[in-house]
Amino acid sequence: MGLATTELRRRPGRFAVATVVLTFFSLLLLLLGGLLDGLFLGSTGAIRAQDADVIVYSSTARDSFLRSRLGSDVRAEVEAVPGVADVGGLGFTLLGATVPGENELADVAVAGYELPPTGVPEPPPAGHAWADRRLEDAGVSIGDTLLVGPSATPIVVDGWVEDTNYLQQGALWTTLDTWRTVQNANRPDAFVPDGVVQVLVVRGDGDLAASIDAATGSTSTLSVDDAVYALPGVASQQSTFNAIIFATLAVVLAVVALFFSLLTLERTGLYGVLKAIGASTARLFGGVVLQAVVVALVAFVAGGLLAWAADAALPGGIPLQLTVSRYVFTFVALIAAAVLGSAVSLRRVTRIDPASAIGSAA
Amino acid sequence: MTTPPADTVADTAPAAGPAALELADVRKVYGAGDTEIVAVDHATLRVGDGEIVALLGPSGSGKTTLLSIAGGLLSATQGRVVVGGEDITGHSAAELTDFRRSKVGFVFQSVNLVPFLTAEENLLVVSELSGARGGARKQAKARAKELLGELGLAHRAGNLPAQLSGGERQRVAIGRALFNGPALVLFDEPTSALDTKIGEQVMELIQAEMRSRHTAAVIVTHDTRMTHYADRTVRIVDGVLGAEPVEGDLAAH
Repeated sequence: MGLATTELRRRPGRFAVATVVLTFFSLLLLLLGGLLDGLFLGSTGAIRAQDADVIVYSSTARDSFLRSRLGSDVRAEVEAVPGVADVGGLGFTLLGATVPGENELADVAVAGYELPPTGVPEPPPAGHAWADRRLEDAGVSIGDTLLVGPSATPIVVDGWVEDTNYLQQGALWTTLDTWRTVQNANRPDAFVPDGVVQVLVVRGDGDLAASIDAATGSTSTLSVDDAVYALPGVASQQSTFNAIIFATLAVVLAVVALFFSLLTLERTGLYGVLKAIGASTARLFGGVVLQAVVVALVAFVAGGLLAWAADAALPGGIPLQLTVSRYVFTFVALIAAAVLGSAVSLRRVTRIDPASAIGSAA
Repeated sequence: MTTPPADTVADTAPAAGPAALELADVRKVYGAGDTEIVAVDHATLRVGDGEIVALLGPSGSGKTTLLSIAGGLLSATQGRVVVGGEDITGHSAAELTDFRRSKVGFVFQSVNLVPFLTAEENLLVVSELSGARGGARKQAKARAKELLGELGLAHRAGNLPAQLSGGERQRVAIGRALFNGPALVLFDEPTSALDTKIGEQVMELIQAEMRSRHTAAVIVTHDTRMTHYADRTVRIVDGVLGAEPVEGDLAAH
């Protein structure tokens, strides 16, 4: 291995092209992944934060919050299901809000709730809300009175909560009554009567989804994870971005394979000599893999720094979110691609005949 | 530096005393049936400890194949090969790798030093391939310095091959071949890339280094001007040891 690392130190220029190319791929993977994470986290925070086991929709809603309506009769049926411990109503309304001192409307999702999601306090007084910190970027401050929707329904911001956005809009967590007030004042076409909610959030034990749907006969119940992916666009975003990311990784693998194949081809004479004086195929191949891993590592660090700089330089409206798990995934994927790509050279290294060192003037 | 009398008479007879190399009825055949090519044909050769043998033959005569078999780079189709007392006839590829690393030294035609390693590091490659660690590595470093000093290259220890002259590179290659204290060093056309003057200096050096270490050497060459540095010259033509060369063949090469 000393030979491989010495060559990396003494001849860095030899690996510069591969390092630069992989750095750009590393940057691309991080940006793609960061955008995917930004879109996913920004769309699903309000649902991921639900401290519940299942979410109950009306069966005709096709797992959509906005289409779903559940009345007090269904709620009573759900509460009566064995294993159900807590039931709370939940509803969302997407609107624009006027922020004091700001010219632009802030995109908000007014959320009415009863069971506090993770990180969200108990419901505030009527006409008040806990605001997602994302709204800070829109100029919202604690104590502001936001005028929500075309009817300018006032909501006072009492404090901040984190990572609770809904479909890329900053959540305002308020009581169910306040939510209904906002909904009915600004969306009269989708009027919500008293006692009606969009969905029910349920805590309990056992096979709740099947039990609830069997008991009511008019509901469709999903786990919280399934509810996240049932949100509009989330599943298609995930599949599209993941397809691009894995296609990029396939190109990375091909680049590593091609580069180290050429390097091995160029070293055929040297490897012949080293085999002649006692180097094993495993040792020589290990050196190739080590060099590929080091190149990938350097490319990952450089690409990571560039991605971090890009994240700092981009305007806040772009949903780029670089998470630790995204860095870890990209690191592992690059290293794996380096190992697999360099493994293509194994056959070539194995086939080098030590006897080729004798009688060769090359 | 003394030069022994030239001996260009074909002679494959065993030398007296213990042997550094014994080839007994060695045959190497490539292909089969109509495409069969006999590269080495029933070769028997004994090289005594400390003896220097020149293997002289034209291109395609089988001398390279014979050298490769003696060094464990190729396995013989038939016959017995013993180097420094170790019978390598039935060795597996892995066993031959170990054998080459520890029992035999090579100096190649085009020197073939590792281009990104210094002269000293090129010697230490041998110990690295043996997986030397800790104290063994320290000993290896001391050995490399000692060898470079003996080869007159102490002041060049930190130079890369590209910074050395052809003769200096050849000396480093000799140092690498001697590093593991082998019973036998195999030289493949060591002067072919050098002009006559440097070539003679290298041959004198080979002779002196082999003599001082009592190490046996087989030097493959087609240059008759260099054979007088050997104790004995063995001719090979068409894979047959000791056969008389075809008239004018050597001159043509």
